[in-house]
Amino acid sequence: MTLSVQVRTRLSSQFVLDVAFDASPGVTIVFGESGSGKTTLLRSVAGLARPDEGRVAIGDRVLFDSRTAVSVEPSRRSVGFVFQHLALFPHLSAAENIAYGLATVPAGDRRLRVARIATSFGIHHLLDRTPGEISGGERQRVGLARSLVTDPEVLLLDEPLSALDHATQSRIIADVRRWTAARAIPILYVTHSQREVFALGERVLVLQEGRIVADGTPHAVMESPSHALVAQLAGFENLLDAAIIERRPAAGVMVARLSGTTVDLETPLADLDGRAVRIAIRAGDILVASEHPHGLSARNIVRGTIAALSREGAVVRAAVDVGTIVEVHVTPASSDELGLRVGVPVWLVVKTHSCRPVAAL
Amino acid sequence: MDWVAIALSLRLAAVVSLVLLVVGLPIAYWLTFSRWRWKFLVESIVALPLVLPPTVLGFYVLVALGARSPIGRAWAAWTGHGLAFTFEGLVIASILYSLPFGVQPMVASFTQIDRSLLDASAILGASRLRTFRRIIAPLAIEGIIAAAVLTFAHTLGEFGVVLMVGGNLPGVTRTVSIAIYDDVQSLNFAAAQQTALALLLFSFSALSVVYALMRRPWAVAPLS
Repeated sequence: MTLSVQVRTRLSSQFVLDVAFDASPGVTIVFGESGSGKTTLLRSVAGLARPDEGRVAIGDRVLFDSRTAVSVEPSRRSVGFVFQHLALFPHLSAAENIAYGLATVPAGDRRLRVARIATSFGIHHLLDRTPGEISGGERQRVGLARSLVTDPEVLLLDEPLSALDHATQSRIIADVRRWTAARAIPILYVTHSQREVFALGERVLVLQEGRIVADGTPHAVMESPSHALVAQLAGFENLLDAAIIERRPAAGVMVARLSGTTVDLETPLADLDGRAVRIAIRAGDILVASEHPHGLSARNIVRGTIAALSREGAVVRAAVDVGTIVEVHVTPASSDELGLRVGVPVWLVVKTHSCRPVAAL
Repeated sequence: MDWVAIALSLRLAAVVSLVLLVVGLPIAYWLTFSRWRWKFLVESIVALPLVLPPTVLGFYVLVALGARSPIGRAWAAWTGHGLAFTFEGLVIASILYSLPFGVQPMVASFTQIDRSLLDASAILGASRLRTFRRIIAPLAIEGIIAAAVLTFAHTLGEFGVVLMVGGNLPGVTRTVSIAIYDDVQSLNFAAAQQTALALLLFSFSALSVVYALMRRPWAVAPLS
C-alpha cells in the first residue's frame, strides 16, 4: 500500500510546510535540519497536527482531506509513531507499554504477540520493568516494539535513534529492518544523521524550510548533491562560492572561478541556472603535494599556503589559503612526511569529478 | 466538645468531597485541554469562591435555593420541603464554596503530564476515556487526592456560607465552626477551645498530607 501525502500548513510567519510525495512500502528517509518541518510532517500524517490544506491517504483509505473535510482521529488511523523522546508510559511496565495498543485483542493472543515481538527485539527479560529502570537503548526497543506490535499500515519514526551510540543504533536498525522486511508498509524515518540515511533508506527526501529540495536514493542525493544545503548536510566540508566562466558540453565539463580568487576549477557539467554556483568538495578528496606535481590525470592543481593545522584523532585538518580557505584532511603520517607547517606552500590536487557544482541557494 | 456538630461536619465534608471528585474531574479535564478562547471566563468562575466573601456567596445561594426560586420550587415539588436551612442545601452551597479546591489541584497535575504521552495513547488506538483512565488519572493521582483532601478540609472549616444558608440547627446544619462561634458567644470558652484545637490539628494534618503528596515530582516527569 502506498502512503500519499500532500500537506500545506503555515508553521510560523517565516515559512510554510508545503510538501507532496508518495511513499511506497519500504523506508523513506526524511532528512533535514531541525526546524525544517520534519516533525510537523509526521504529526500531520498521524493526525496529531491538522494541516491548513492537503490530503493524506493510505492506498484508497483517506485519512485527511481538507476539501471534503475528512479528518480521521489519530486513534483510528492505524499508524505507528515512534516519538523522538519515545513517550513511554512511565507508570506502566515494558510489557504493559507494548500491550497498550492491543486493547481489542483477546488476552491470550495479546500475551503471545507481546512475547513474540519482545523476543525479536531482545527485550523479553525486562518486560516486568518500568521505563525508568532500563537503559536508553532498551527503552528505544520498547518504543519500537510498542508501535510495531499493532501491525500499523504506516510507520512514522521521529529521530528514534538520535540519542544512542553508533553500535546500539546499528543493532536496532538491523532489528527494524528484519521486522519490517516481512511487512510491506511505508515507513517515514525522520533524521538529521547522514549515517542513518545510508544505513536505512532506499529513498531520501531532503526537506529545507518546509519544502522538498531533493528526492532520490541516498547515494544519488548525498553523493552528488544538487543543492548547497544537501551538500552541507551530506558532509561536504568545502562549499566554495564560484562563478561559471566556461561551459564545454562536448567534454562534459565546465570551468568555474572561485569567488575572490584567480583559481579556476574544472567540474562536471551541471544543469544550473545562471553563473553563480557553489563547488562542494569533500576535504578527504583533495590530495596535497609539497612540490608542483607532473604527469597526473587530475585536472585541477591549485597552489596555496597552509594557514592553519590541527590534529583530531587520526585526521590532520589543514586550512589551505588559495585566495579563499579550503579545508583538506590528510593522515598524520603524510602530514609528517610532507613536512606540513603553517606558512608552507603546497599544491592541492582535485579530480574534476570530486568537484560538485551545486545551486548557490 | 460538640460531638453532634463534629459528626455533622465530617458527614458534610465527606459528601462534598465525593461529589466534587465526580464533578471536578470533567471540569478540570476540560479546563486543562480545551482550546476554547473564552476558557478564562470559566476559570474565573471556578476561582470566584476564593475571593468572594462567604457571606456574598451564601447570600446568592440562599436566593437561588429559596422557596421562590425555580430550583427551590422544583426541589420542594420533588421532596415536599425547601432547600434553605437543610443539610441538602448546605451540601449544594459547600460544593460551590469548595469548587476551586476541588478543581485547581487536578488542573495543576493534569497540566504537568507530558502531552506526548497523550499523543502516544491516541495513536495506539485509545479513546479519550481510556487515555484518561490508563494514563492521565494514574499520573495525576496526587493532584486528585490533593483535591479531595483540600475539599474535605476546606468544607470542614467553612463558616460564613453555612451561617447564611444553613443557619444553626443542631444535627442538621450546626457545623463545627458554628458550634465554636456559639460557644464563644455564650462564653463557654473551654468547649470552644477543645473544638477549635481539634479543627486546627485536623486541618494541619490534611495539609501535610497534601504537601507530602505534591513533592513527588517523578510520577509525572517524562522519560526520554
